[in-house]
Amino acid sequence: MREVAVIGVGLTKFGEQWDISFREMLLEAGIRAIEDAGIDGKQLDALYVGNMSAGQFVKQEHIASLIADNAGLTPIAATRVEAACASGGLAFRQAVIAVASGHHDFVVAAGIEKMTDLLTAGVTGALATAADQEWEVYQGATFPALYALMARRHMHEFGTTEEQLAMVAVKNHSNACLNPYAQYHTKITVEQVLKSPPVAKPLKLLDCSPITDGAACVILAPAEKARRFTDTPILVAGTGQASDTISLHSRQTLTGLMATVEAARAAYKMAGMGPKDVDLAEVHDCFTIAEIMAIEDLGFCKKGKGGQLTEEGETALGGKIPINTSGGLKGKGHPVGATGIAQVVEIVTQLRGEAGKRQVDGAEIGLAHNVGGSGGTAVVHVLRRMD
Amino acid sequence: MGVPRFWREIPSRYNLIGVKCGNCNKILFPPRFICPHCRRTGKLEPYKLKPKGKVLSYTVIHVAAQGFERMVPYILGIIELEDGPRIMAQITDCDEKEINIGDEVEIIFRKMGEEGKEGVIYYGFKARKIPKS
Ligand SMILES: [Zn+2]
Repeated sequence: MREVAVIGVGLTKFGEQWDISFREMLLEAGIRAIEDAGIDGKQLDALYVGNMSAGQFVKQEHIASLIADNAGLTPIAATRVEAACASGGLAFRQAVIAVASGHHDFVVAAGIEKMTDLLTAGVTGALATAADQEWEVYQGATFPALYALMARRHMHEFGTTEEQLAMVAVKNHSNACLNPYAQYHTKITVEQVLKSPPVAKPLKLLDCSPITDGAACVILAPAEKARRFTDTPILVAGTGQASDTISLHSRQTLTGLMATVEAARAAYKMAGMGPKDVDLAEVHDCFTIAEIMAIEDLGFCKKGKGGQLTEEGETALGGKIPINTSGGLKGKGHPVGATGIAQVVEIVTQLRGEAGKRQVDGAEIGLAHNVGGSGGTAVVHVLRRMD
Repeated sequence: MGVPRFWREIPSRYNLIGVKCGNCNKILFPPRFICPHCRRTGKLEPYKLKPKGKVLSYTVIHVAAQGFERMVPYILGIIELEDGPRIMAQITDCDEKEINIGDEVEIIFRKMGEEGKEGVIYYGFKARKIPKS
């Protein structure tokens, strides 16, 4: 297997983008990534695009061909990858494997979701198709409800508090203020989170990530060819992916995601590293409890101590392990299919030392963690500087 | 969102019949076609579960799933049945203040929702607290 590096990254602004179309959005991110890499479109061998549900959100399927077409890249091999909110992370992983195998040299990994064309109820219903329709949604479950069931059990077993959950949202909004691509540039307080309307108790509106339009793109190359394009290629040191039951109730534990634990184990093993080596991480904070469980499952603290680590400020900028410096899904926004790619974009930006006011000093190793549904899919990547 | 007709016709929704693996003796609900532990070496036979269990976790839903708007706020729980399997079910006939993790519940059959204004009513299981005697 060959070593693989990221040589270019690009994002659109995240948020409500009513003035540009689905196809324009991906082009915008793609052109930025191609210009960042300084590569010619003719050199690209393949395209993988993560997208959860363009069929439901904008009534368009077969989007891999649509994107290749609009980008002027035909007859490039173009493949769509779907695993609910982990679609982007899996598209990145497929692109990494394609380069590592030697089958392709220069590969695009992209992600996109345009969600705000639907009304909120429609979005909620579309997202719910990532849960078990027969045994969860039939009973009246929503995604906030599934994570609320995990939150309540986490609070019961470990004494995690609603204030600690709120602190995740406060931190991620604060980080988002430093990210020009983020959906929100407003600070919030713990009190505001606690007083926001209940969605699925104990989760409130400000515990939930928003509905977002956005696209993200990265360009991958064999590591030995990466320096032709950039002075700061970022190596994909480890990749790991795992599945679990689609239904939350069928799992052995409600207080963590076994798919995350397994995916992290595989990624750390491949990288020859452990959680102590990681300088910063982008984790899947679709709800505040999800970040607390993720930092435990990824090994940044013991099971049950995620709330405490957050309260002590160790996951904030300047802390022991800064989490979601981009603002995370909560502050930056969560265009589901784009999220996994956007996480990689943030880690690459940080490892290059180009993150501006939110830069983690001396960051050399970063981790990206992307989850599908309530944990039926998880994918983890470890990236590091090549020098 | 309309509920496809075949879901209403899943008999397990009305009689809590799961399956038991002839190899590892695990009881599985919702029913499966393959035992996840033994895969093809375990033969699965129908098994009627005892309609009793305990609350493992619960949430009070204020922003409803599509089709459940008229029920808010409603309580959804994960119940561990006495026979072992866990199910997701609404907890009915009680106030949210009366629910605690560990509470004993019985499984009953109730109306779940309706499809549209003149739509078909569909049914399923819910959980109800057993008063402490
Ligand atoms: Zn078995």
